[in-house]
Amino acid sequence: MITAQNLKLTGFRRPDGRYGIRNHVIILPVDDISNAAAEGVASLIRGTMALPHAYGRLQFGEDLELTFRTLAGIGRNPNIAAAVIIGIEPKWTERIVKEIKKTGKPVAGFSIERYGDLKTIEMASRKAKEFVQYATELRREPFPVKKLCMSTKCGESDTTTGLASCPTVGRSFERLIKGGATLLFGETSELTGGEDIVESRCINSKVKRDFRCVFDDYTNLIESKGVDLMGSQPTEGNIRGGLTTIEEKALGNIQKIGRLQVKSVLAPAVEPKGPGLHFMDSSSAAAEMVTLCAASGSVVHFFPTGQGNIIGNPVIPVIKLTGNPLTLKTMSEHIDVDVTGILRLEMNLDQAADALLKVLERTINGRLTAAETLRHDEFVLTKLYRSA
Amino acid sequence: MKHGILLHEPDDDVGVAVTDLKKGTSVGAVTLEGKRAGSVKLLSNVPLGHKVAMRDLPKDKRVIKYGREVGKAVQAVSRGAHVHTHNVKTLRWSV
Repeated sequence: MITAQNLKLTGFRRPDGRYGIRNHVIILPVDDISNAAAEGVASLIRGTMALPHAYGRLQFGEDLELTFRTLAGIGRNPNIAAAVIIGIEPKWTERIVKEIKKTGKPVAGFSIERYGDLKTIEMASRKAKEFVQYATELRREPFPVKKLCMSTKCGESDTTTGLASCPTVGRSFERLIKGGATLLFGETSELTGGEDIVESRCINSKVKRDFRCVFDDYTNLIESKGVDLMGSQPTEGNIRGGLTTIEEKALGNIQKIGRLQVKSVLAPAVEPKGPGLHFMDSSSAAAEMVTLCAASGSVVHFFPTGQGNIIGNPVIPVIKLTGNPLTLKTMSEHIDVDVTGILRLEMNLDQAADALLKVLERTINGRLTAAETLRHDEFVLTKLYRSA
Repeated sequence: MKHGILLHEPDDDVGVAVTDLKKGTSVGAVTLEGKRAGSVKLLSNVPLGHKVAMRDLPKDKRVIKYGREVGKAVQAVSRGAHVHTHNVKTLRWSV
């Protein structure tokens, strides 16, 4: 049996003591209109990656804070060796640079006003070249499971995720937590019908209250719109796969946390403090949720899928597992771990967890996931409400 | 593979088809632990991943899966019938 103790992991030790399992140099735009400059730098300098996105202008309040926290969190993520930040003006650019700088990693900010795209691209490219040369001299070193921070979220669920792939993650998480790993889950809307189970797992009354508060906020938001989520939760893909109600979907989803307790409730894109399983308030939309996990410091992600959600993320490898034999057969290029044997009773959960942890170990040590090879680099910010 | 239906809990009202199941055939059901849970004769085709009623469910009966309520029957459902959005609805989202 594969345990936390016999996993052999290697990664890049960052100045803040955290370990990354990838070694990216990113060119991160602060706002939508700086995407072109960021992509300009990435096309000039080998070994860099631009992370274009749709927001960052005229946001305000909690929505703006979340954008700042997400962008800074992405730069802070241990999978990032160094970061070049480009914004239209210096003030917001500097806010993000400042947060990343606290990790001690190399970071530099550039703003486009009073220079234009071309001069900015030149200045930022010179810095990016320096950062790539720094990053390419860093070497992997062994690290223990207690230094691992990772996340999970399922997608295009069906009845097989509840039977096979989600409980496989649950069993794997139970083993990782024994080694002191830091684990994240979320998907607030998708707990509907099983929220009492998560609440009962909260470690004390404060965490219980925090969870209830986050869950009720979400329910009130839905009700304030005078709508329900039929057609969205469960999705049309879920229904095609045999899931009939949100309760049924939630009970499958919750299998991902096994028999573990919930140590804290986090706002989106907030880094967890200390080992254990943490719940992060988050959308259930795959690209948004995984981006928030990356911003919270997760370095790798377990993604059980039923009908075949193909999501990836540019910063953290997304490991896909499925228990659905049709999905395995028709979409094999997207699947990293086959747990269809559970449906045939040819594989039990302990054997499935062994298979998943083996792939986790190989992925951490540098093997690219299906999503990484297929260039699934979905980087999607969560927008809480419309801009000013 | 001798079974065609998997159950989360032995007393669940519904089981999951683990392969495409044909109308008129008798299909064996087991729990995840491999415990036999009898067999049912299918009243219609049930595709892989969709649910089969393990017993007669009267209208308004709360439907049990994972040993918990996952919805209610909006019409009477016979043992062996395909269970899905046409005969079971959520107990939530009642705005």
